[in-house]
Amino acid sequence: MSDTVLDVGDLRTSFPSAEGRVDVVDRVSFDVGAGETVALVGESGCGKSMTALSIMRLVPKPGRVEGGSIRVGARDVRTLPVAEMRRVRGGDVSMIFQEPMTSLNPVQRCGRQIVEAIRLHHPESSEEARRRARDLFGEVGIPDAEARLDAYPHQLSGGMRQRVMIAMALASRPKLLIADEPTTALDVTIQAQILELLRTLQREHRMAVLLITHDLGIVNEIADRVLVMYAGRIIEEGGRRDVLARPGHPYTRGLLRSLPGVVERGARLEEIAGVVPRPSEWGAGCRFTNRCPLAFDPCAGTEAPRVEVGARHVAWCHAAARDEGGRS
Amino acid sequence: MIAYVLRRLAYGFATVLGVLAFLFGLFFLYATPEDMARRALGDKAPPQAIEQWIVNHEYHHPLFWNPENPGKTLIVDHYRRMLTFDFGRSDADDVRVTTRLREGVGPSLSLTVPLFFGGLVLSISLALFVATFRETYIDRAGVALCVLAMSVSILLYIIGGQFLIARILKWFPISGYDADPAVIARFLVLPVLVGLAASFGEQVRFYRTVFVEETNRDYVRTARAKGCGDGRVMWHHVLRNAMIPIITRVVLAIPFLFTGSILLESFFAIPGLGSMTVDAIHANDFATLRVMVFLGSVFFIAGQIVTDVCYTLADPRVRLE
Amino acid sequence: MESYVLSNLITSALVAGLALALWGARRSPLWRNAGRELARRRPVALAVVAAYALVAGLDSVAWTDPHHEVAESEAVLLGEPRSAIDRLFPADFQEASYSAPFADHELYGGEALRHPGGHWLGTDIIGRDVLHRTLKGARVALIIGGLTSLIVLPLALLVGVSAGYVGGRVDDVVFFLMSTLASMPSLLLLIALIMVLGVGTVQVCVALGVTGWVGLARLVRAETFKIRELEYVDAARVLGTSELRIVGRHVLPNLMHLVVITFALLFSSLVLSEVVLSWLGIGIEGSWGRMIDQARTELSREPVIWWGITSASVALFSLILAVNQLADAVRDILDPRTVGEES
Repeated sequence: MSDTVLDVGDLRTSFPSAEGRVDVVDRVSFDVGAGETVALVGESGCGKSMTALSIMRLVPKPGRVEGGSIRVGARDVRTLPVAEMRRVRGGDVSMIFQEPMTSLNPVQRCGRQIVEAIRLHHPESSEEARRRARDLFGEVGIPDAEARLDAYPHQLSGGMRQRVMIAMALASRPKLLIADEPTTALDVTIQAQILELLRTLQREHRMAVLLITHDLGIVNEIADRVLVMYAGRIIEEGGRRDVLARPGHPYTRGLLRSLPGVVERGARLEEIAGVVPRPSEWGAGCRFTNRCPLAFDPCAGTEAPRVEVGARHVAWCHAAARDEGGRS
Repeated sequence: MIAYVLRRLAYGFATVLGVLAFLFGLFFLYATPEDMARRALGDKAPPQAIEQWIVNHEYHHPLFWNPENPGKTLIVDHYRRMLTFDFGRSDADDVRVTTRLREGVGPSLSLTVPLFFGGLVLSISLALFVATFRETYIDRAGVALCVLAMSVSILLYIIGGQFLIARILKWFPISGYDADPAVIARFLVLPVLVGLAASFGEQVRFYRTVFVEETNRDYVRTARAKGCGDGRVMWHHVLRNAMIPIITRVVLAIPFLFTGSILLESFFAIPGLGSMTVDAIHANDFATLRVMVFLGSVFFIAGQIVTDVCYTLADPRVRLE
Repeated sequence: MESYVLSNLITSALVAGLALALWGARRSPLWRNAGRELARRRPVALAVVAAYALVAGLDSVAWTDPHHEVAESEAVLLGEPRSAIDRLFPADFQEASYSAPFADHELYGGEALRHPGGHWLGTDIIGRDVLHRTLKGARVALIIGGLTSLIVLPLALLVGVSAGYVGGRVDDVVFFLMSTLASMPSLLLLIALIMVLGVGTVQVCVALGVTGWVGLARLVRAETFKIRELEYVDAARVLGTSELRIVGRHVLPNLMHLVVITFALLFSSLVLSEVVLSWLGIGIEGSWGRMIDQARTELSREPVIWWGITSASVALFSLILAVNQLADAVRDILDPRTVGEES
């Protein structure tokens, strides 16, 4: 982890609501090193996708990034001129999306969409770009590449479409690939193939991956480090083994207990009681308070403190702070 | 595909028969030939004159059943003439309707074709521009302007245009027409401009809605994520995907190229089919009016079939079955 | 019965019906919220439409004067039923010639006017007060929109719902009828209908109705198809609810947003169509379209008579603009497709 590919600091992204603008991404900070796979985990609506879109400067209107810094390499994405930002998108940073069914342009042949991605970043002739596209198809494991280049997206299966998306993302050898729930819409067997593909590609190209998922099983398979997000904030951060084996935040613990296969056989699966609070219900304190089994006096009123629960393993939690304090 | 088109043609033909039935009911059953004669000749016309008028226009046969000559009834005549495009003579001045149509279609097209293509290019470009800046003040101002433009009656555009540009500024003649290609443009600029002004609000707003809906789709996000700029996203991706609603609208507007613009033509004295329709209204010429409605619907039905075929060209997912 | 009594009765019935509909809508939280949202977004447009409705309402209630304690010359005029709007103007307000706004002499002869300075917006070429005519146009516009909607809405609902709900043969027949009507160019069909039916308020509204109902009926049919397949409708059927009751309880209420949106959009297009018809000489007496049509002769005079067309146009434009804005807002509020859900 010699150099940092992505460094996000105090990122805030807001959307308007009945009560005014609400930060759905609230002071989020993290970094991704070269060749590293970082998983951003959380339930739907916790702000993880918005974090990713903020990095690409693709937050849909009327949402907007309010503050913080997003550094890709040495440049701050937030202040780049539009033309240079276009070179970052699909250049240094690529992104693939959850819905392979709808994320490809339905009226353009797959090959043309890849060629467009290549030629947007490299001044190649269209024949050269087409040859590159065919190679990319081979690389992401699309059989019969020549014929598939001329196929329309609706003629391919979901897994094939996601491979096309990945080929497109790889077109200009990005330093960072953001994968937003890349396997959620796919069958389980296809999921495994796509994950395996991502892992291989990442190793071969020494590409950093920011993987956004709600599936701790996937995290366990592929991630080096884990960021857990809840209601717009990061509440735990650490190495994959540390977070999954010794979770420091009650929310992470709840997530793990509700996952079949992680708890011992025969033990009852638990669910986290209650529902995620809506942005209008976020108080000044920890946003997990209303569902937390360990909640006590300070939780609702004051912001959760940062607690080192292990080596390079941090949680933001009053209860963890109390335990930590008692032990030392 | 061929089976589909054949089936579609058969249904279209059935619809044409339905239209003819409606017209027969309207023009022969509700308004009887006597009514028509009286309208044409005036209320005080003597009964003999009315009788004579009816015989002259061959409206004297029985409606449905003629025991002496089974083929000679009004309904058979009506269907036979319309379907063979042998439209007979005008009720007003006995000129053959077909002759009129042939004379009128040229002037009509010379007005409607520039108006059609100009309007199409202008409104789609403007709509793409406005949709690029959706959720900003440019967009909001654009939509407000469209609603404003839509709220003005087309008559005011015509009267205002003639008054301001032709009478005060004297840039173009107020009205008139000349088949000579050297001077024809001078007469056509003003009606085309007025026509554009009258239609752009509604059109831009429609296309904007289509484009904005399209820009919210996932593939647009993918295109941006790979580094496409606004212009490229709109012109290469969104426009191409919005072709289905555009085609629907465009093809169904083509019939009106032929039937002409009733208001523009008569205000600017362009001797096209629209003017012909207005003359027919003022002269109580039911025969011409009947033909215009019939032709309009034939074009419309043909347009619908063409539209369906165009869908397959615009969207590879569409299969006609 | 005298015609003005009948017209008064119809007006009261309409006002009562409207009040009843509003009262009914108030009881449903959906409609109450929609109404509140509309008032928040478009207060000016709502006020404008309400003002037009008020003027039209005042013009719709007419009565005769029982006492004739006036000059002999005015007695005949006063014997006629006059509406509240008419009563704002003197009975003999018509000039022998015509004048500009606020003028005290006629435009060409230079003779003194009977009501110097009294014509705020001038008179038309036969001496009728332009302000008076403009105000009376509001009633005509609302009649065009209102009466036609009374034809269009029940017809479209009946046909659309029965086609969509019953399906099968009924649907085939209805669909064929609709595609036949829709294939005729609407302006030409409108002209043909009025030519055959004759010119008059009712005839024009019927013709507008015949050409206007197909669009809504198609929407209703498609939406009914969808609602029919919903699970709660199946559940109601399993519970033994009668079909009529299902239509009344489950289908119709779910179509109301379509009806409201279509009505708002239909209204402005109907009023604008009437202007075109007026110009073709087959419009409704007393409409703004007639006033604009009259401008053809007025504008070619020297000096130009601009006030008639200007007043009618401004009156027409403000109403249509307000209705269009309301229609836009209503669609945004009620149509779930255009409500953007942010994730």
